[in-house]
Amino acid sequence: MNHYSYIALIPLLPLATFVLLGLFGRKYFKTFSGIIGTTSLLASAVLSLITAYNYFLVDGKVNGIYQKIIALKITWLQFAPNVSIDLGIVLDPISVMMLVVVTFVSLMVHVFSLGYMKGEERYATYYAFLGLFTFSMLGLVISTNIFQIYMFWELVGVSSFLLIGYYFDKPSAVAASKKAFIVTRFADLGFLIGILILSFHAQTLDFNTLIAKLTATQSPEFLSISTSTFLGASVLTWGLTLVFIGGAGKSAMFPLHIWLPDAMEGPTPVSALIHAATMVVAGVYLVARLFPIFSVDETALHIVTYVGLVSAFIAAIIACTQTDIKRVLAYSTMSQIGYMMFALGVAKQGGEEGLGYMGSMFHLFTHAFFKSLLFLGAGAVIHMVHSNEMKDMGGLRKLMPVTHISFLIACMAIAGVPFLSGFFSKEEILLAAYNSNKLVYGVALFTSGLTAFYMFRLYFNIFWSKEANVHGHHHGEGPLVMKIPLIILAIMAVFAGYIPFSHFVTSDGAALETHIDIAFSTAPVLLALAGIGLAAMLYMKSNAKPDAIASTMGGLYKAAYKKFYIDEVYLFITKKIIFNLIGRPAAWFDRNVVDGFMNLLATITAKISEAIKGLQSGKVQNYALYFFGGIAALAVVFIYLWK
Amino acid sequence: MSEVPVTHILFVSTALFFIGMYGLFTRRNMITMLMAIELILNSVNINFVAFNKYLFPGKLDGIFFTIFIVTIAAAEAAVAIAIIINLYRSHHSIDVENAGELKF
Repeated sequence: MNHYSYIALIPLLPLATFVLLGLFGRKYFKTFSGIIGTTSLLASAVLSLITAYNYFLVDGKVNGIYQKIIALKITWLQFAPNVSIDLGIVLDPISVMMLVVVTFVSLMVHVFSLGYMKGEERYATYYAFLGLFTFSMLGLVISTNIFQIYMFWELVGVSSFLLIGYYFDKPSAVAASKKAFIVTRFADLGFLIGILILSFHAQTLDFNTLIAKLTATQSPEFLSISTSTFLGASVLTWGLTLVFIGGAGKSAMFPLHIWLPDAMEGPTPVSALIHAATMVVAGVYLVARLFPIFSVDETALHIVTYVGLVSAFIAAIIACTQTDIKRVLAYSTMSQIGYMMFALGVAKQGGEEGLGYMGSMFHLFTHAFFKSLLFLGAGAVIHMVHSNEMKDMGGLRKLMPVTHISFLIACMAIAGVPFLSGFFSKEEILLAAYNSNKLVYGVALFTSGLTAFYMFRLYFNIFWSKEANVHGHHHGEGPLVMKIPLIILAIMAVFAGYIPFSHFVTSDGAALETHIDIAFSTAPVLLALAGIGLAAMLYMKSNAKPDAIASTMGGLYKAAYKKFYIDEVYLFITKKIIFNLIGRPAAWFDRNVVDGFMNLLATITAKISEAIKGLQSGKVQNYALYFFGGIAALAVVFIYLWK
Repeated sequence: MSEVPVTHILFVSTALFFIGMYGLFTRRNMITMLMAIELILNSVNINFVAFNKYLFPGKLDGIFFTIFIVTIAAAEAAVAIAIIINLYRSHHSIDVENAGELKF
């Protein structure tokens, strides 16, 4: 116990909200539940800010290096004298940063939902689920050991399932929640096996010991895990890759991304919270948490790099063709998380080469603000026009000025327009990529141009394009509680980049000097501006050019519009191959062999009892006869046969 | 005074036993069946007493068994008559042929 133990309250307050609202919300707090949830989260957010202040500015640093502080440690399950599963709280730069991000974005979403979800039948349940989600995510970021992180990881998955399927009377929402759950569960299997491999070789679950043992190149644990091989790769590579598969599932990396666009069936504020700002970065956080181990294994890092890069690129292309605004945002999320992943992949532990790590965390930080702003803005738009489709929108800039301005700021931030937050973080990532791998840099640069294009395609389609269809828009922009989060997040989207992030969060805890190099920044900025310009030309006024371009692109456009048929490939593999080759034979075996054996036993029993039931005749004298017959038989046996 | 040989006594008890068996299987009246059972029990009693006298004259074990069986026979008669009365109340008859419902 030390003076940091109050941090336990940060996750426990949302948990208390969940229990309170989940048990009694619908009966007793029908209208107050939003206020209750928001208040408790406000307290959490304030505590997180206090923690961040104390950690970063007062006493986190020893000799210029940020320390890992174990704020709390409880032995939870003791299996043997030296094998136990602990619950604890670790404070280091990334966990403190995540505490702030999660509570802050969650608070904004809670406030926004006060207006957005007003009048919903299951209003209290909604806030209960939000509390559960926030609790799980906070528990995940402060985990001290790999088992604890796995536990909260699954809790996050469950709350995501509950929130995506919030409108459970809508078949598409039910299907989406099932899909998200199954895909991430499938990936989590990889994570679990990875955990078992790593912790078996290191003989520990605790992050600190695990990292210390597996990074010291002379330790027996390291030698045992890196010299034993399986299918041509070392066990260390396998373990890390399997852990990364878990992370890729949660973070919607190619090819496990298929659940993310469908997850947009949930209420829009939920998309802002889970599928943009917090849960989907869990994978990035996991890789960052284990980064010292990843950094000793080149192969695993390459996998992280290329999976991230491919995801970023493919998602950007798909995003250019989608017409559902939330799907565009979903793919842009996937693309930006791809950025964070490959930034980690190109980084090295410590010093100047750790720039990618810092860039990744910085981008995670800024992305949380502008992406949640984009989703909340989209939520406000959907709230007004009651549709997700771009064709139902257009010309909304005069009807919803606050949303318009904040959405524009967020678009500029994500596109990388200079002096907004996204510019600074993306710049670090590109620089890290440039320093380590020119191919990665080239693709990343092109993707950043695409990002600018599709974000402004979205912006112009919503707010410009054709004239607004004023009829039917019976209510205005929404209540004040929906505008305030937009304004606060817009301010953060502008200024978050000015935080001297490289002084706080680096791979080894020591401050890193970064500066914006104008010569280097020219290319990305010009590309971003070109993307914006192209989008303005095509979509600012409604015209025939986009359709013409789409038809000249032909097959490519159609493939991108259909999301490169990845869903269809999954369906083909599951329905045609797995179901036919494994499912059906297994079902046949179960029905005929397993059930058949049981049925046979039952039939034999039935036949025998049918045959002998006549003995039970109901006649007392028959019974007496059997009795004396039996006695006589036993007498014969014992007197003459039993010698 | 010459003693009665043990075989004579055994003849009596065997006859009594099979008379009881015959009664038990052929009579349909439950009271008669109960009486037949008493005959069987008493044939056993005779055996006990006879063997006690001829084989272990100095001991009393056989006599004790006999007393025990007499006690049990009394209890059994009480239970059996209670059953018969109940049967009569529900079936208005004490013929075992009429009480055959408890079957498969």
